[in-house]
Amino acid sequence: MNCILKAKNLYFSYSKESVLEDVSFCVEERDFFAITGPNGGGKSTLIKIILGILKPQKGGVSIDSSLDRNIDFGYVPQNTNINLEFPITVLDVVLMGNGSKHKSKRGLLSIKYSKLEIECAKHSLKKVGMENYLNNKISDLSGGQRQRVMIARAICSHPKILILDEPTSSIDINGQKEIYKLLKDLNKELTIIVVTHDLKVISNYADKVLYINRKGYMHNLDDNRFKLDRDGHFCEVELMQMLGAKDA
Amino acid sequence: MLDILQYTFIQNALLSAVLVSIISGFIGSLILVNKMTFLTGGIAHSSYGGIGLAIYFGLPIFFGASVFAVVSAILIALISFKQRHRIDIFIGLIWAVGMAIGIVFIDLTPGYNVDLMSYLFGSILAVSKSDLIFMAILLVVILIFTHRYYREILAISYDSEYATLRGINAKGFFVAILVLSALAVVVAIKVVGLILVIALMTIPTYIAELSSKSLYGMMIKSAIYSTIFSVSGLIVSYLFDITSGASIILIAATSLIIFLLFRRIKR
Repeated sequence: MNCILKAKNLYFSYSKESVLEDVSFCVEERDFFAITGPNGGGKSTLIKIILGILKPQKGGVSIDSSLDRNIDFGYVPQNTNINLEFPITVLDVVLMGNGSKHKSKRGLLSIKYSKLEIECAKHSLKKVGMENYLNNKISDLSGGQRQRVMIARAICSHPKILILDEPTSSIDINGQKEIYKLLKDLNKELTIIVVTHDLKVISNYADKVLYINRKGYMHNLDDNRFKLDRDGHFCEVELMQMLGAKDA
Repeated sequence: MLDILQYTFIQNALLSAVLVSIISGFIGSLILVNKMTFLTGGIAHSSYGGIGLAIYFGLPIFFGASVFAVVSAILIALISFKQRHRIDIFIGLIWAVGMAIGIVFIDLTPGYNVDLMSYLFGSILAVSKSDLIFMAILLVVILIFTHRYYREILAISYDSEYATLRGINAKGFFVAILVLSALAVVVAIKVVGLILVIALMTIPTYIAELSSKSLYGMMIKSAIYSTIFSVSGLIVSYLFDITSGASIILIAATSLIIFLLFRRIKR
């Protein structure tokens, strides 16, 4: 296996409470890698360790030597409804995602972005279908639209890995479908790691799923064992059984 | 009425009102979008400790207040990195302890009966030439800082976690914004006093925020609104012989109410 991101025997705890125990997994290039599990199971903590915001007490995450976290990791945070009143336009939010690749020389008193940076941001917005909202205030958008803008910000630096923490938690059903269609599309070019509770998403889009409840249980979805039941959903217990997480 | 403009102290008062308004427009915007209003209130009040110490040791008052305010700002910043959720306790502490230190040292100063009111509500007619120079230098520093690092400031204010991931030193900028806020508060004390300084930093900026699409636009607009409020407040205070700081704040507050009512009607 050629892992571009690999976790080995990861342990993490907040003061005394153990959050992650002996978690190992491997993400390969162009994977659609889903992370799921109960609330408080350690999903967001794991994402923060992957991003380098938190440091594990034992074990670690290694990334391919060709990758630079500042440029090659695109991140869409969990709650994108923070700071809703903030006076900022869609274009300015996306421009924030610019990696140092495009950092132009700036004058002492110039707050302007270079043409190249703006073109790049517009290109990202086009990819997520938000090119007509450039100058809208971020607070005027719907939840789904705002999430697209956050994805545009994350792909603005042309990352190799896109990491999303529950990207559809505050969006209506139609918006959710569109976000995942978009992610599937982006998956042609980059690796996707997504935290989600939505088992439909896992079965329809993901190639690998990691179930996290303090311990991690990996499952490869290539072998078609993982299918929806007749009602079109499954419950978490069944998922855990499939993944062999009997003690969870 | 125009003949009063020939007096130097009136000229100084007007000039300082304009300088402080532009300063508070830029810094006040950063305070508002970073939700640091209460924090700045704590720093403003704690700076009274510096005023007391400066009077006791015979140092320039601006200098004493600035050093004290900057130290409080750095202290609060460091505590907030460790104890984010309990920061309100420490702000309250610095707020009260600073004032207490100021009062004690003024009491201890022999033969000096300082006018507490002039620090609480401002003493704009007593602005000296050196005060003006201090204000002008601070304004230049703030303008360079907000322009040169506009992107970084925007990024950490909007989403500091994401900014950190993009390699921006969010903590460093947070400290820088707080230190500049502390200095801005000190110069604003001269114009409106330490009790009213928060209103000057927040009312014009809040009006500007509601009608702006960008942080930069918000800073420019609030600098303009702030100037209008403080100059007109100064004129009103002259005409009716009332305290200038209070009349500036009341004009700003009335404008805010009118603005909000208009917004309501328009919807």
